[in-house]
Amino acid sequence: MGAGDYPPGLDAFIARRVDEIVAQKVEERLAAMKPKGPPSMTIIATKGTLDWAYPPFILASTAAALGWDVAVFFTFYGLNLLRKDLSSLKVSPLGNPGMPMKMPFGPGWFRDVDWNIPNIVQAGIPGFESLATGLMKKTIKNTGVADISDLRALCVESGVSLIACQMTVDLFGYDKEDFLPDVTEYCGATRFLPMAQKADVSLFI
Amino acid sequence: MDFDKELDARGLACPLPIVKTKKALAGMGQGQVLKIVATDTGSVSDMKAFADATGHELLASETQGKEFVFFLKN
Repeated sequence: MGAGDYPPGLDAFIARRVDEIVAQKVEERLAAMKPKGPPSMTIIATKGTLDWAYPPFILASTAAALGWDVAVFFTFYGLNLLRKDLSSLKVSPLGNPGMPMKMPFGPGWFRDVDWNIPNIVQAGIPGFESLATGLMKKTIKNTGVADISDLRALCVESGVSLIACQMTVDLFGYDKEDFLPDVTEYCGATRFLPMAQKADVSLFI
Repeated sequence: MDFDKELDARGLACPLPIVKTKKALAGMGQGQVLKIVATDTGSVSDMKAFADATGHELLASETQGKEFVFFLKN
């Protein structure tokens, strides 16, 4: 029997159905193979400022409270978040138009004022960053937001893996003595990526 | 409502009410009830999501003035 004996469009129909059925079967098999453990999350933390220290620790501690397995990979400036002493973390409003500059003291109307200070002025005032950091810390305290070291301690306590990028430690010439003894391991991307691949949620911060 | 333990989460911001709730529940027996009082407005939806995700039963969620009161069954 020649190909011409089949009804027109049959090949295309079969090809489409086979694709649909195979995709469905593969999904079923994969779901059956997946081990039934708790959900997992991996985070890559790359920022080393006071404001950006919050997202990884807030998300990690919340996920741990939900019973998830969590690992955070600290790389580049993010390594600063693993220091024993976090007092050097600062926040800069310079070149950051998204950051409101409000005073954490005084009467209500005064607190509501958003001080729009031009970049050139911010850059010219010595110690402006330290001033902004002091104001931010006061705001954090006033609003009941956790201190970074407290939040980090909660992560350690709830079993979050804190992983330090070995390459960054070497690159910046850091001393491991400066970092928390709770750092789970020092390793590279090759060790971390397979963990991220298996995670249900993976974030880059 | 009867409860076995109370957690004062007043003045705490996200994610502390949830993290502290988890810790408090860990120290309690099965079936015991934890009362949580929070002032974080986000805690209303957070507590419901926490209960759904962890399988704890949220027996009640009430707003009393500026405070939010929850009863969670361990």
